[in-house]
Amino acid sequence: MSVAQLAGGRVSTALRRAARRDPLVVAASIVMLGIAVMAVFGPVLAPYDPDALYVGPISGPPTLAHPFGTDDLGRDILSRVLVGAGPSVLGPIVVVTISSVLGAAIAIGAAWFGGAVDAVSSRLIEVLFAIPGLVLAVLAVAMFGKGLLAPAVALSIAYLPLVARLIRALARQELAKPYVAALRVQGVGGAAICFRHLVPALLPALFAQATVGFGYAMLDLAAISFLGLGAQPPASDWGVMIASGQPALLTGAPEQAVIPAAFVVITVLAVNILGARVTAWAEGGDR
Amino acid sequence: MNPRVLVQLARQLGSLTLTLFLSSVVIFCAVLLTPGDPVSAFAGGTRPTPEMIAAIRAEHHLDDPVWLQYLHWAGGVFTGDLGTSYVYRTDVVDLIAPRVGITVLLVAYAVVLIAVFGVGSGIVAATRGRIADRAVLIATSIGMALPTFVVAILLIWIFARVLGWFPVYGAGEGFLDELYHLTLPAISLAVLYIAYLSRITRGAVVGQLHSEHVETARVRGIPRARIFRRHVFLNASPQILAVSGATVAGLFAVSAIAEQAFGIGGLGSLLTEAAARKDVPVVQVISLLLVVVFVVLNALADVAIAIIDPDSVKPRRTA
Repeated sequence: MSVAQLAGGRVSTALRRAARRDPLVVAASIVMLGIAVMAVFGPVLAPYDPDALYVGPISGPPTLAHPFGTDDLGRDILSRVLVGAGPSVLGPIVVVTISSVLGAAIAIGAAWFGGAVDAVSSRLIEVLFAIPGLVLAVLAVAMFGKGLLAPAVALSIAYLPLVARLIRALARQELAKPYVAALRVQGVGGAAICFRHLVPALLPALFAQATVGFGYAMLDLAAISFLGLGAQPPASDWGVMIASGQPALLTGAPEQAVIPAAFVVITVLAVNILGARVTAWAEGGDR
Repeated sequence: MNPRVLVQLARQLGSLTLTLFLSSVVIFCAVLLTPGDPVSAFAGGTRPTPEMIAAIRAEHHLDDPVWLQYLHWAGGVFTGDLGTSYVYRTDVVDLIAPRVGITVLLVAYAVVLIAVFGVGSGIVAATRGRIADRAVLIATSIGMALPTFVVAILLIWIFARVLGWFPVYGAGEGFLDELYHLTLPAISLAVLYIAYLSRITRGAVVGQLHSEHVETARVRGIPRARIFRRHVFLNASPQILAVSGATVAGLFAVSAIAEQAFGIGGLGSLLTEAAARKDVPVVQVISLLLVVVFVVLNALADVAIAIIDPDSVKPRRTA
């Protein structure tokens, strides 16, 4: 038996054990892995050019050549879904990254300095909380024009309060712990306490919040594209595909809208399952 | 109500008013940050003469200092002068007024569905044993991944092609016909929030079920239904109410998606159309309205919570 086979055997036993203990989480991880592969290699995997017209019949049903059918312009739906995975996943990643970094920075600043800094930033966060994310995104489109960039930046700002609220509370708890006072007595500088001790302690919660936020961001960005304000046709963004496939629902070709919608739902479902698990893990690590 | 509750309520109200003021400033700033000159937006495609520019600037108070422009805009909320649309050159009020009714009806319909099914399924999950709990957990997990546009296309697919019980396009005429037309849009709005509220309700009710006062009531032999009404649900309701303000304000925004999918000419579709045509004044006013809704509903929820549970508004003890 070769080393690779041995290692493979060990990995598969480990997987089987994990699958028995937490089948949903394993399934969700496999789905996310698949989506990640689609997002990175989508253009390579696509059997047809996603924008090439009339590679198949108009609004054709699923066949061997076109497993997901073809749309109203005869484009291959499988290829469009594969190529659309990239932008559909990248957008939410940008949103959670910006909102996590900025939100955590503001929260840690507020918890660290307290007083006026805390009061002003908390007030600012209350204000942002009062404007729904979708509205901020639509406002950004009205100001800067259609496209995914303005809504993505707007959503990053709109999600900031959720991150900041959570991290501020946790950072205050952490800073009140005796070890922080002990470090200060030893003459450890503020920056060192912040980056070596405080930030690592907050990372699990931040990561959990980011996972949950990814799902929301994906839904909001797809909604913006569905409204015709985000990615523009002929882009094969999933939200755009759902919107442009809607008329075909009435003519008996549901694949055009239902298949990209299914990809959005499956991705968000998997992210939510992982998010719940990661949140439980982050909270457990604190106790 | 005791005076301490009133003082606390006044403070919360003050805080919400400050939020309203600051967010209106943020929304107002949108027009300042927008690339391009509002004059050319008002002038449309034509090349304006200097006299026209002066007239436009005077008409829309563009030569005033910024703070005065803000006061004029925000004051307009009370006098019904909400500015002028870039695209239609008409008062924003005249664009919004005829469309508010249908959106309010749609959101109200969705709120009823959310309250009944969200709270109902949460209570079932908390009180009817493990199997019911698991079933609701699975259903809400799926529900929380079903955004309005997905539910909308599924409903359109099912009801247009297969069942045909409900209309899938337009808003209808007259109250009952409108309700009939709004059924599918309201369901599409409600599903995700039903799942969300169900989770919140379950958590709040389970928290109460394991509390000491419920234990005591049980030992005293008070009937179960009475315990549930008086001790469990009443005490769980503040947590449920607390999320309502943000939820309903969010619904008004999400309504845009349902209106787009089902071809309803409400506030949401106006918002979408205005954003697509860079009609900043219209988008600003609708955004402001949504923030007002958020603030008002949060204030109402605070009052309701204070009435149910005066202890919740007692000044926090300093730790």
